[in-house]
Formats: sequence, C-alpha cells, structure tokens
Amino acid sequence: MNDRILLNVSIDGRDCSFETETDRRLLDLLREDAGITGVREGCGEGECGACSIFLDGKLVNSCCIPAVAADGSSIVTIEGFSKTPEFDIISDAYAEAGAVQCGFCTPGFIMATAALLREIPIPDDNQIRTALSGNLCRCTGYSMIIDAVRIASKNFHSASSPLDQQYGGLNDT
Amino acid sequence: MHKISQPVKRNDSAPKASGSAVYTADIKKTGMLYLSVLSSDFQHGRIIRINYPEIPSGYTVITSKDFPGMNRASIVARDWPFFAENEVLYYGQPVLGIAGPDLETCEKLCSRFSIEYEELPAVSVIEEAAEHFNDFSIIKGDPKSAFTSADKIFEFSFKTGMQEQAYMEPQGMIAEFVNGKLTITGSLQCPYYIKNSLMNAFDLKPDKVRIIQAATGGAFGGKEDYPSILSGQAAAAAIATGRPVKIILDRRNDMKVTPKRHPSLITFKTAVDSSGNITAMDIDCRLDAGAYQTLSGVVLERAIFIATGAYNITNVRVRGRTMKTNHVPSGAFRGFGGPQALFAAEMNMHNIAHELGLPPLELKRKYLYRRGDRSVTSGTFRDEIKFDEMLDKIEYASGYSQKWLEYSNRKHIANAPRRGIGISFAAHGGAFTGSGEQDMIKSLVRVEAGQNRFNDKDYEIRILVSNVEMGQGASVTLQKIAAEAMELPLNKVFFTTPDTDLVPDSGPTVASRTIMIVGKLLHDAAADLKQKMNDMKASDFSASLSAGNILYSEKRYVQPEEMSWDESTFTGDAYPGYSWSVNVVEVEVDPVTFEIRVAGSWAVYDVGTPIDTIILKGQMQGGTVQSLAYSSIEKMEMINGKPAQASFTDYTIPTTLDFPDTECIFVDNPYKYGPFGAKAAGELPNEGPAGAFAAAVSQATGLRINSIPVTPEMLEAMINE
Repeated sequence: MNDRILLNVSIDGRDCSFETETDRRLLDLLREDAGITGVREGCGEGECGACSIFLDGKLVNSCCIPAVAADGSSIVTIEGFSKTPEFDIISDAYAEAGAVQCGFCTPGFIMATAALLREIPIPDDNQIRTALSGNLCRCTGYSMIIDAVRIASKNFHSASSPLDQQYGGLNDT
Repeated sequence: MHKISQPVKRNDSAPKASGSAVYTADIKKTGMLYLSVLSSDFQHGRIIRINYPEIPSGYTVITSKDFPGMNRASIVARDWPFFAENEVLYYGQPVLGIAGPDLETCEKLCSRFSIEYEELPAVSVIEEAAEHFNDFSIIKGDPKSAFTSADKIFEFSFKTGMQEQAYMEPQGMIAEFVNGKLTITGSLQCPYYIKNSLMNAFDLKPDKVRIIQAATGGAFGGKEDYPSILSGQAAAAAIATGRPVKIILDRRNDMKVTPKRHPSLITFKTAVDSSGNITAMDIDCRLDAGAYQTLSGVVLERAIFIATGAYNITNVRVRGRTMKTNHVPSGAFRGFGGPQALFAAEMNMHNIAHELGLPPLELKRKYLYRRGDRSVTSGTFRDEIKFDEMLDKIEYASGYSQKWLEYSNRKHIANAPRRGIGISFAAHGGAFTGSGEQDMIKSLVRVEAGQNRFNDKDYEIRILVSNVEMGQGASVTLQKIAAEAMELPLNKVFFTTPDTDLVPDSGPTVASRTIMIVGKLLHDAAADLKQKMNDMKASDFSASLSAGNILYSEKRYVQPEEMSWDESTFTGDAYPGYSWSVNVVEVEVDPVTFEIRVAGSWAVYDVGTPIDTIILKGQMQGGTVQSLAYSSIEKMEMINGKPAQASFTDYTIPTTLDFPDTECIFVDNPYKYGPFGAKAAGELPNEGPAGAFAAAVSQATGLRINSIPVTPEMLEAMINE
C-alpha cells in the first residue's frame, strides 16, 4: 500500500484535514473524501476541463494534480462558487444562451468563464475561444457557450449589487 | 411561426451549472461494491486457460456463467455476450469482472489475471471481410435495362471512418438486487431495452426488473446499446454478492469497449444516357459491423434506404451488407447509417458533375426529390419538400454560387491559402423504419393530473414516457407540448424522470422519434386529459385529487393509414415522414501544410415546426460540429483490431478553436402527424455537413475526395501521388 499522509486544505471556505495516499489525485479527494461531486471526471488526463477548480485562485484541472500538492492551499470548487453572485450571473447567462445541454461539462465551463472574466472583463471572441479552449463540450458546438460568456460579460457591467469578493470575485468594473 | 417555437429557459440549466445534478458516478449506496472488468488484449483467440490470481476475501469473480437466462444482451440481435465464453472475437472484449469494496484493488486484481489463447485468424480490414451478418437488396424501377442502354457508366468507391460518440460523461451503471428484484440506475437512452435485456439474461419476470435513469451526460446513440451490456455485468455482480454494485468506465476504458459509428465502404455505378441524364445507380454498401451483429442490420437499413441521398433516381439497385470483422461491435451514433450513405451519395454526384463538366449544384438540383417522387424503396414522398425555398435561403446566407464561381476561376498564387466551397443536400426519415413503430415499438404515452407537489390545493400535470433527457432538451420540449395542448403555464407540467416502475414503454430515445412520435401521442393524450378535466365539476376534480386520486389519459401509436410497408421486400414507405437539410461549407486549405480551416458553415433545415428555436439551434450547431469533425479531425484507426487512438489526447474532438460559428436557418413546413407540426430533428445536422465539407476541400485542392476523415496527411499523400 502507498504511504498515507495528512494534508490540510481549505475547501470552499472550510478548513479540512484528510489522511490520504501520496498518489491520490486531488479530483478523487474532492469527489470521494469531500463528497463534492459537482467536480466532474470526463477524461482523467487534463483534456476536457470538467474537473476544473480554483487552486489558490488559479484555474486548474484537479485530475492532473496530486492531492498532496494542495496541502496548505485554498480551493474553490463549483459547489462553493455556485453560492456566489458571480456564479448566478454566469449561470443565468448560460441558461439564457441555451449553453447547457447535457450539463456534464458545464461546471468546468462556468469556472473557466469566471477565470476569463476576472482577467478580461470585456473579452472579444478570440479571447473567449482561447480562454475556453481547455474545456470540451460535445453537445453545443460551442456557439451558445460563447454567446453565454458575452451575455455574462455584459451583465457583470450592468449588475448593480456589489459582487462577493470572498472567492476572489470581480473587482469594480 | 407558431407561438410554441418561442424559446424558454431550460429548467435543468441551473442544477447542471451548479454541479448539483446527480450523474451515475455521483451516486453512492450503502454497502456498495465496485466492479472492474478485465477485457481481452487479444484480437481473436480461443481461450485455453485463465490463470487466476489469489482473490482476497470480499472480492468476487463474475463470468459468463453468472447469467442463468442467457449470456447475451438483447440489442436487436441477441448475440453479444456480457462476458466472453470460450473465445474472444475482438480486442477489448469483456472476459470477466471483479466486484469488491475497493475499486483500486478490483483493478489491480484484474491486471493480475493471465489468459492463454490459441490464436485464430482475424479480419481487420472491411475489404478482406468474407462473412456478413446481413445481406439486403432493393430494386427500384429497372436498373438492368438502364445500364444496358447507358452511354456512360461512372464508378466511384467511398470510405468513411470510425467515429467515437465522445459523450462527456463516460458510461456507468449501478445494480441492486433486493428481495428478488433487480434495480438498475444509470446513464442510458433506452430504459425498456435494458429491462428486456436483463429479463432475458437473468430469466426474471417483468415486475422483477426496474430501470431508473440517472442524469445522463450526453449519449448521441452511444448509450443506446452498451448500457445493456454494462447493466448486465453490474446486475450479475449484484446478484452474486447481494450488494449494490457500481461500474463506471474511465475514459480510456469507455473508448476501448463501447461501440462506435460503423466504418463504411460504398461503391456507386451510375448510368448516364447520351443526353447526359442519370438513368440508374447500382450501389454496393458495406458496413463494418465488428464482431457481433447487435443492431447493425437496422443501421444498414437506414443507410440503404437513403442510398441515393436526396436525389430522385428512376432506376436503382442497392445491395447492403454488414461485414463481420474482429473489431469492437459498431453501434448507434446519431444519424445511424445515414451520414455514411449521404457522404457517398453527395460525392458521387459531385464527381459525376466534374466528369460531365457541370457545376455540382447544377447537376444536383436537377435530381432533388419533389413531392410525389418515389424513394429508393418506392415509397411516396407525400409531403411538400421545400428545396427551392431552402436553396434561396442558403444562397442568401452563404453566397454559395457566387463564391463557387469565384474560387473556380481564381488563379492560385504559390503558397497562398486556397479556398473552396461545397453544397450538400440531405434527408432524414423520422422514427423507426417501416412499420416498426406500430408493429415493434407500440409506443404508449400517459399523462396524469394529480395533486401539486408544492401546493396541495392545486393540481399538476405529469408526463409519463420512457424517453430520456440526455442533453437534447426532451424534458422541456415535451413539457412545452403538453402545456400548449392543455393551455396551461409551463410550470404546471412536470416531466417524470424515466423509471420503468412508473412510466409506460413509449419506446427508446432514438431515431429522432421523441418529438415526432412520442410528442404527438403526448399532445393527443394531453388534449384528451384536458377534455376529461373540463367534463368534471371543478369541486369534484379538486376533491378527487385531494383524496389522492389521479385523472389520466393514455395514447398508443397507430401509424397513418396511407403508410404501407413490406419488410420482406423493403418496399413502401420506409419512414412516416422526412426532414430535409441543405448545407454549405467553405474551407481554406494551406498548400504548404495541407491544414484545412473551415471558414464558414451554413445550413437550412426543414424539421417542420420548431418546438423551441434555441433548443433546436443547439441541436443543429452541436450536430454540425460533430459532423465537421467526423469529416476532418476525428480519426480512429484500427491497427490489427486495436484502436490507435485511445483517449482524448490522441482522438481529438473539437475545441472552441477548431470550427467557426455554424449558422442555421429553419423553414416553416408543418408536418401533419407531428405535435404542432414538428418532425424529426436531432440527427439531421449529422447527415449533410460531410458532403459539403468534402466538396469544398475538393474545390480548394482540385482533388477527388472519396474518403473521410480528410486529414492534412491524406491531402499531402494525394498531392504527392
């Protein structure tokens, strides 16, 4: 058996400790040990982006990261992110654009959209396509997802309520 | 446009976006075991001996002997074993399973088995396949005389490749066996297919098998067939251990063991008379069925019934065969034989136009089907076919003819990208073949009025069908149909997640039949229920509901009277109704790297009345991109029966950067037997794009494109030839 080690990590604002194997993937720790199943496994090798999370504010594929590498880190998953006003704006934009079909890739796309709009509040089409190119969707052909990002970008600008900063939400725009 | 076409926000968007939707992999049951399956790493061999590792206590080996009824799944044919018996027929065939409490231990145990085989000759190439499962023939008119008196005969052969469905959620199933009752929960398209398969496999009565659909993360046909195998394997383990058993395929496993689109080899002989008219076609269509028949015969029917494409050819002979190879069985994939046949039919016309010195559109246009024409099976197209209007619309949107002329006359500048544009026409027959809907499926739909789940003073309407939501929007579109038929707000109508203990058998979620067939029955049942409610006094109705009663209406499918079909000769109306499309694709080919960039994609569709324009557009855009990828970047080669592309790293499905926005336009052409005029839609966008893409590449490069996928390597080899 592999060595077990103790690791401490903040997940969606909660401090957690896990005893886990050294070769365990962060994705399995989140899904199996923390029970956060909204983080999806589509390929297990970093191609599809369905398991996207924020690790210390950076968008990463949790299937490609050893759990031990997250020791001492702060993680935001779709479960935590879905409780923010930032999520509501993006999620509503996805619904409005018709960008959600089977929905398996959607949490990953939502996270990638948030990462993009934090970096570039008003992205052009090339910037959108490039930012989302690490996420695979088999249903939509992407046009409606790109529409959704445009709608979200627009709605962030017209949103009157201050955005939740807890998860590194948008700065004043 | 009908007011039902107005888009609504899907009510499944938010839970899917937040990650709270529950897919099979997310479900845990108390005492649940995991199942890992050992699949063969040998293409074709007789099993001499299986050497077992030491099996720790708590772990159970499951084999072909764990199926008291039959070790064969019922997927149309009943030939595909859940686990191999004495022989493996393809690389990746399941040999045995290990069920136990720790998944990793199950996987490790699997890897410690060794199997000794006696090697048997394997067929790895369709051209070398000598045996077939099906051999079908169709004759329309008098092709023999037409060929005898032909002025010219053209012959071309076309090949299409394997394609992986690549739904984002890999396949998974959970089986439980409690008090003699088997319950399956999983990612699936066809609850009653699985139910029937398990009744046969385990010799269980109908009331002892229950199938429940979990949230399903895409399917595209890929969850029509293999879920029957997977649920059989999980069920055998649940019965053997008495514990709930879960099996989830990881992506590499999923790609290795599940069926893909049938590769095809289609040869056209076309007779042309001295005036340049096409008088006959003789078509030989071979599909690579793989090692077991399963549903290949039905795929072949769909391919040969549309063998001449959207073109009316007076005299036709078609022979179709499903060839037996030592490949993973081919299976259902959106379009189901149509994309292969239509690619070949389009490129045949394209090549003949070149031979005759005509612009492709000029030749194609002359033969487009019109109302009253006879299909390949000598059925009658009774409904209006709006190709003229569709052509006007696609010309306006894409500028096809002008661009075609411009690119034809353009002088190539060395190393500068070369442009090409192509047009294709496609037809898709909705629902099951021939009288299949009436004689085999016998779809039954139920609608109920019962006490409202949120407000006990109010009522709600419940839709009870076995057709699943798998991303395509069936739950919402069916809700819209029932609500509109009853003149009720959408939030009063609830779609029931399919569970065979709750919903009647309205048939599988396949063949673009959900709206056209099931939706129409739902419409009629809902209208009938509305009448029943109106006939009751309001106070009696609410008192009855408060007492826990329900009011319901059921409708069973009866085919339109004018339809006729003879299955033994393949003569008559192969489908109740057809949907139509015109596609234009524009490409740019780099003459140095041979890379192909799609510069534009336009399509006009006749799917009757759209039930929701956004949902429909989502279907069309998604299908078009799948089809453009089928034509270009999605290459799956079998090398001695082993896929050379085994994961998303080497089998590349499109990203946001591969294709541009795909434009789609709808024409209004209500279908009289569909709900509010709707007919088949979901598969249509997978039918036409390949032919338009290949025609565009042909113009850009001056090459005959007779096989897909078209890769830069293939173009380079052709140019250097």
